Amino acid sequence: MAKTTLIDTTARAGDLAIDARAVNSKEARALYKKREQIYPKLAQGFFRNLKWAAMVVLLGIYYVTPWLRWDRGGGRVDQAVLVDFEGRRFYFFFLELWPQEVYYITGLLILASFAIFLSSALFGRVWCGYACPQTVWTDLYIYVERAIEGDRNARMRLDKAPMSLSKAGKKVSKHLIWILIAAATGGAWVFYFGDAPTLFRNIFTGQADPTVYLFIGILTFTTYALAGTMREQVCTYMCPWPRIQAAMIDKDALSVTYRADRGEPRGAHKKGDTWEGRGDCIDCRQCVAVCPQGIDIRDGDQLECINCALCIDACDEVMEKVGRPKGLIAYDSYANLERRQQGKGARYKLIRPRTILYGALMTIVAALMIYGLATRHTLSLNVIRDRSPPFVRLADGSIRNDYALKLINMTDQPRRVQISVAGLDGARLLAPALNAEGNVVVDASADAVTNVRIHVVAPPGVSTGSHDLSFTIRDSATGEVATSESAFLAGGAP
Amino acid sequence: MADRERDAVSGTETTGHEWDGVKELDTPLPRWWLYIFYACILAAIIYWVLMPAWPIGNGYTKGVLGFSDRNNVAADVSNLRSARAPMYERLAAASTAEIAADPALQEFARAAGESVFGDYCRTCHGAGGAGAPGYPVLADDVWIWGGSLADIEHTLRVGIRSGHPEARNSMMPAFGRDGLLTPQQIGDVTEHVISISAARTRLDPNSAAATRGAIIYQEQCAACHGPSGAGDRTLGAPSLNDDLWLYGGSRTEIRRQIELGRGGVMPAWESRFDAGTLRALAYYVHEMGGGEPDAAPVPATTETIAPEPAQNGQATAPLN
Repeated sequence: MAKTTLIDTTARAGDLAIDARAVNSKEARALYKKREQIYPKLAQGFFRNLKWAAMVVLLGIYYVTPWLRWDRGGGRVDQAVLVDFEGRRFYFFFLELWPQEVYYITGLLILASFAIFLSSALFGRVWCGYACPQTVWTDLYIYVERAIEGDRNARMRLDKAPMSLSKAGKKVSKHLIWILIAAATGGAWVFYFGDAPTLFRNIFTGQADPTVYLFIGILTFTTYALAGTMREQVCTYMCPWPRIQAAMIDKDALSVTYRADRGEPRGAHKKGDTWEGRGDCIDCRQCVAVCPQGIDIRDGDQLECINCALCIDACDEVMEKVGRPKGLIAYDSYANLERRQQGKGARYKLIRPRTILYGALMTIVAALMIYGLATRHTLSLNVIRDRSPPFVRLADGSIRNDYALKLINMTDQPRRVQISVAGLDGARLLAPALNAEGNVVVDASADAVTNVRIHVVAPPGVSTGSHDLSFTIRDSATGEVATSESAFLAGGAP
Repeated sequence: MADRERDAVSGTETTGHEWDGVKELDTPLPRWWLYIFYACILAAIIYWVLMPAWPIGNGYTKGVLGFSDRNNVAADVSNLRSARAPMYERLAAASTAEIAADPALQEFARAAGESVFGDYCRTCHGAGGAGAPGYPVLADDVWIWGGSLADIEHTLRVGIRSGHPEARNSMMPAFGRDGLLTPQQIGDVTEHVISISAARTRLDPNSAAATRGAIIYQEQCAACHGPSGAGDRTLGAPSLNDDLWLYGGSRTEIRRQIELGRGGVMPAWESRFDAGTLRALAYYVHEMGGGEPDAAPVPATTETIAPEPAQNGQATAPLN
């Protein structure tokens, strides 16, 4: 494959132009093409600042969250957000979920899906451009790269230069810092699964579980590989979202758009020349130079484009210098592009059936989840019938069935509950401690499952076969009730 | 290799094979795959050196690390034994009242007992003590030799007709096989036994035969089973008043038992288990549902709710 010169020193439009080749542009795309290194130039402007801000906030959330404390009292877990596999609990500030309540997580995921659908229908790939971990970490890695090796041109020169002590030093220190960031990424991840301060100490004293080191290792590797060396290939080849994206975006969705109607015909422009009869695009290729995906936005909406909006910043800067209005590249819709070409004005339709549907679905899911949380049961009962023996015949002719009851108390206070049984005439509950009414009273331990073995005895003459039986537990203090259905079996003559 | 044709589109060599104009690319293995493959070969060689790997005659290469699964398991088992030893010792030394007051000890006894029961007892007595003809149901409230924790433990220790010097022995004569009673007499006794048991409602005994049988019963059976058929646990004679039958409750089966006087054998477990295991096993069986209180009253275990006296032979097994 012929190598193309990456740097062309012949300027096209004064000092503004740069001969940046879009390595992933339409023309350059080929089935068997090898990856070409992309050297994104630093853009400056509103969207770059927005991305810096997003990076700080998102990384802040990621790194700080496990260290937040939340007092649950009584020597209990005090980490605000914790996935406790060993104790089978998920702690989230005031919430403490049990494994059987995993549907709240499902609800959260459904909500997140609709949120990304809605954001796509409104503003295109904002998730990809600002919030996706791949974008955030790649941005961070490019920041480090730029700090050590310099901006686009310096980096390109460095890569072409023969190996020297200074080049080796720069490369080694860059990769070292990348690995450190990667390790810190994996290192922070494990804090969500164990007490952060304890784990922190254990990691550095070598006392943490091998699994912890394994996960730090895996995430160090993936962070280093994905953000350091694979970058745009993750978005283009590995991520399924760009394929789904097409279904989420319609003509009215805003996405980073080159306004061809205004820009074309493009061409170099010398100071003092007239702007009559030509487009505003001076073909300076600054939009290409800043693109982390190696594409030319002027080719139109593309699968590779993550809508990071850095080309908007680059273009606005140039437009300001040449004295033309900003916004040659801007968030715009395909519909507007067409309307302008037909001589009509732009029209922004954010409220469309699609966005209303996504919004409504989000509202419904959110409402269901809030309702579920507000009316969440903190007491529940599971009944497991002993299957061997299926029933026991007693000396006086009565029949006994045995049950294992699991009293689930999700509060952090012990609760006294009364067990009763219904559905079988004359059935008696037998267990260690019988109260006056014949109902068994048991102390259900705080935040735990209490096992109770219960015998139910039916009087002699109970008909052969299976009888429906329902167990009820009732918190004598709050009146909260939980019921579980089971069966009572009686056999025929011996 | 220079003569091999290169594909214009991909730049890859072809194998030279051609089918109807379709040529096969000789695409090289992906680098990453190849390197992992080499790394695996290297890892295998290192493994051979470090770990047991090659069979040699009767033995095998031991590997420089001296790893052995057999030794690891033996070490694990012995570690587990020593870790559990204190609990077993506590259990063996504990009185019934002490066990009743100690939920941790109960939990341990229950788990240990269930495990041993599954290995040694379930074959005959069934899972959960369900029993089988000739093998008593352990979950019910009928006990031939007594159902308190101490009684059960004693039975486990010495066995039944086990040959142990202190074994629980009872011997019902085979009235039919040994010619002690005529078939006619056995029939009459069968009717009498049915008439004094709870089975009389479903088996409808012949009253004339039962009356004749009553006289024979008082002569031959009452010594052990009692004049009214209430049984005697000190002799291991089951009660005949209920409708629960060790060898089956049909008229034929009741008659066969009088004819044959069958009695099963349970091994004496004393020599197989230590005192702690025996106590755990007894506790597990006692808790199946029919366990009876000890002769001495068990003190209440909860502060507010006193356990009601045992109803209908039901034990007040403590809560965990």
